[in-house]
Amino acid sequence: MANFIDRRLNPRDKSLGNRRRFIRRVRSHVKQAVDEAVKRRNIADIDRGGRVSVPADSINEPHFHHAEEGGRRERVLPGNKHFRAGDRIEKPRRGGGGRGRKGSPDGESEDDFVFALSREELLDVFFEDLELPDMVKRTLKEVVATEPRRAGISMTGTPGNLNVRRTMKNAFGRRLALRRPSDAEIRALRERLFVLESIHDPDHEQRQERMRVEAELDELLRRKRRVPYLDPLDVRYNYFEQQPRPKANAVMFCLMDVSASMGEREKDLAKRFFILLHLFLARRYEKVELVFIRHTHVASEVDEDTFFHARESGGTVVSTALKEMRRIIDERYPAADWNIYAAQASDGDNYAGDSAGCALLLREELMGLCQYFAYIEIIAEEEARFLTSDFNGTELWLAYRGVAADWPNFAMKRIARATDIYPVFRELFAKRKGEAVHA
Amino acid sequence: MPERRSGAGLLFEGADWDFDTLRRTYDAMEVIARDDLGLDFYRNQIEIISSEQMLDAYSSVGMPLMYQHWSFGKHFIHHEQLYRKGITGLAYEIVINSNPCISYCMEENTMALQALVIAHAAFGHNHFFKNNHLFRQWTDPEGFLDYLQYAKAYIQRCEERHGVREVERLLDSAHALMPSSVFRHRRPPLLSEREARARERMRLEEEERAVNYLWDALPVSRRPSLDDSDLRERKRAMRLPEENILYFIENYSPTLKPWQRQILRIVRNISQYFYPQKQTQVMNEGCACFVHWEILNRLHRTGRLDDGTMLEVLHHHTNVIAQPGFDDRRYGGINPYALGFAMMQDIKRICVEPTAEDREWFPAIAGTGDWRGVLRDAWANYRDESFLQQFLSPKVMRDFRLFACTDIHEDPWVTVAGIHDERGYRAVRDALARSRDISVREPDIQIVDVDLQGDRVLHLRHFERDGVPLDRTAREATLAHLRHLWGHGVTLEDVR
Repeated sequence: MANFIDRRLNPRDKSLGNRRRFIRRVRSHVKQAVDEAVKRRNIADIDRGGRVSVPADSINEPHFHHAEEGGRRERVLPGNKHFRAGDRIEKPRRGGGGRGRKGSPDGESEDDFVFALSREELLDVFFEDLELPDMVKRTLKEVVATEPRRAGISMTGTPGNLNVRRTMKNAFGRRLALRRPSDAEIRALRERLFVLESIHDPDHEQRQERMRVEAELDELLRRKRRVPYLDPLDVRYNYFEQQPRPKANAVMFCLMDVSASMGEREKDLAKRFFILLHLFLARRYEKVELVFIRHTHVASEVDEDTFFHARESGGTVVSTALKEMRRIIDERYPAADWNIYAAQASDGDNYAGDSAGCALLLREELMGLCQYFAYIEIIAEEEARFLTSDFNGTELWLAYRGVAADWPNFAMKRIARATDIYPVFRELFAKRKGEAVHA
Repeated sequence: MPERRSGAGLLFEGADWDFDTLRRTYDAMEVIARDDLGLDFYRNQIEIISSEQMLDAYSSVGMPLMYQHWSFGKHFIHHEQLYRKGITGLAYEIVINSNPCISYCMEENTMALQALVIAHAAFGHNHFFKNNHLFRQWTDPEGFLDYLQYAKAYIQRCEERHGVREVERLLDSAHALMPSSVFRHRRPPLLSEREARARERMRLEEEERAVNYLWDALPVSRRPSLDDSDLRERKRAMRLPEENILYFIENYSPTLKPWQRQILRIVRNISQYFYPQKQTQVMNEGCACFVHWEILNRLHRTGRLDDGTMLEVLHHHTNVIAQPGFDDRRYGGINPYALGFAMMQDIKRICVEPTAEDREWFPAIAGTGDWRGVLRDAWANYRDESFLQQFLSPKVMRDFRLFACTDIHEDPWVTVAGIHDERGYRAVRDALARSRDISVREPDIQIVDVDLQGDRVLHLRHFERDGVPLDRTAREATLAHLRHLWGHGVTLEDVR
């Protein structure tokens, strides 16, 4: 007799731990792939997973084995057609004839080892640079936020969800229908029996009655046992369904200075900043539209590719971008229907005298419409060392500081490294969390 | 329609399977296996798993339990990709040498395939595991899964205590030396794994309680001398030369901590467990194929399998035992399934209807009719090399059109040493048998000396056979791992 076991329902992903270890092992290559993805992909596509290619020798598992060539070897091969003993066969130019199509079980191959990275794994690496707190990482990775909603009554559930009212109602109905004897009935019969039993010398009729009452009482007690007060069949539980949280639409404006002073490094940092904001928003809203506004001394709305890659020459007038944003809001995104977010990246240069106008525009018009406005100023690493105080800086920086003081939903930060990006959002996130608790 | 000779009727129809059908079919097969073929097997445990679980099992060397290591993750990804792209199919089954004998069957298999797989693994491999002398002598099917469970938990504890990275580095190095860490000739001290575990735990607790002053306490006053008798004495005390590298390091390393020694021990025990399998590939697979062939044909003849099922079985069977010629694009070496099955079929033929040639080559078994007994004896008492030497018949060599060639590195040509004809049979047979010999296939590396009170350099020697060198890059990389484990210098010398 054999023992058959169905293992199909056993926990899956037994080798997930091993996979994690492997990915940690090839960390540097994974990072390269993710950086590549950040550069190449659209902001909204960042969390699609990716491909990693690892040179085979960095994950080699060596052990002593014979070389492919050298010495004297005897081989036995099948499928002889015309060879005779003593024949000499020319050796092929490179390598022996013994190499087959199959790779060795150790997975040693000359080629790179290529594998796919899941969305989760890719985000992990992406977040690592940004030094996000764990709590934030977890929420960003959640695909849909759900909350339990009551969805009727069910026969199964946990004791915590017991619906007492419904359960007792069912029990009552069942007891009635199956005619469970009431305690009063039984008590009455018992009392009668007691009376009959205490008669010293019962006559025939009394004896008959006593037997009848005893039989009846037996019957009732039996029935009472058979029809319990509360049967498992009666029990009902409240049933909850996980329903996605209602979401509205949002639009995210990406504003960036594209004058010549913004190089590859600046744009890469800006892109990470935009990606992160997008991830935050994509989690909260069903649909997030992206609007890209680039500016030099004039501003225009462009597609993403042009936004990050095309070069423009000209001066820098930041207020043009804000005006363009205002125009687009009026035209397409009425503040009543849309949650408006904006992220602006710049190196701080601005046409002299324009910065005050920018601050005015923000104060008077935009901040009232926006849920959140984040501004980052991308500076060189060496600059970061002496620009330690928020009180000095470019004209634009100082003007924006005034706005930040008045509007709590305005965040600004100087950024020299990827790790500096997250603090811009810290408040945004903290605020949202608070809101969710109150909701 | 085949004639129905027994009244039992069809076991199943169609491709779908359920547990009742599996059980019914298993019982019918068990009767044939036990009463007709006279097989003797461990109790069977057949587990149905999904393809994903099969991939899991694949990547952890076919074991249901394994400690965690990145290399298993790498293998998993590798296999998964091959499978996803459809380059390779998955094995239909995996069978584990344990008692009870566990076989994994994939849920995707059709009923015909399940029947094939169960006959193959649960009776064929199972009988081989239980009866072959190598498995009996070197493995402990009763306790091995328990041991793995213990190993897994132990390594996890080490990771918690000493850090994942530290343990990983140790395992990397230990894995590199794994193939060179088996006892080939000497039986390791016999202990059931359960006892060993209990003893090990006690020993460890003891050692961890007190700091190990062993090496500090050695007498330092006596200068190491190069006196011959001292050297001999030293080697004798350490049982040098030693072929099992991890065993030596575990016992004599001056630097390793107790938990590190224990992990090395786990790795070499696993290596030792697989050693018999390496030596009996042809026989093991041949036995399993022969058994499934006999059982399923028998079921078909007695009308318990329908023709459609049998055709599907034949389809899989012929795929498994296909042997492409050396010049075929699909050629990947001699297929152990094909060779093993052909030889065992041939033994049956020699016993039942021998030719004059068979009588000359195999006087002891030709025409005796007792093929069951001969095969059972072969399965029990041989390994690939000796089995080929003893039983490879001229007919099989002719059928495979085998030829032997000699390849000397300096020559621009390869010489055909013998083909499947009267003059060549013995040469071909000897060459094929030798090529299955593990001592020829794997390099012979031994630890020959170390002066623990002097420079502590570990001296290894590689005995080159026929001038075949070690692969240079692998050699250096593996030596680096060995140095890491030993903690002092290591030399490796090639000796012709």
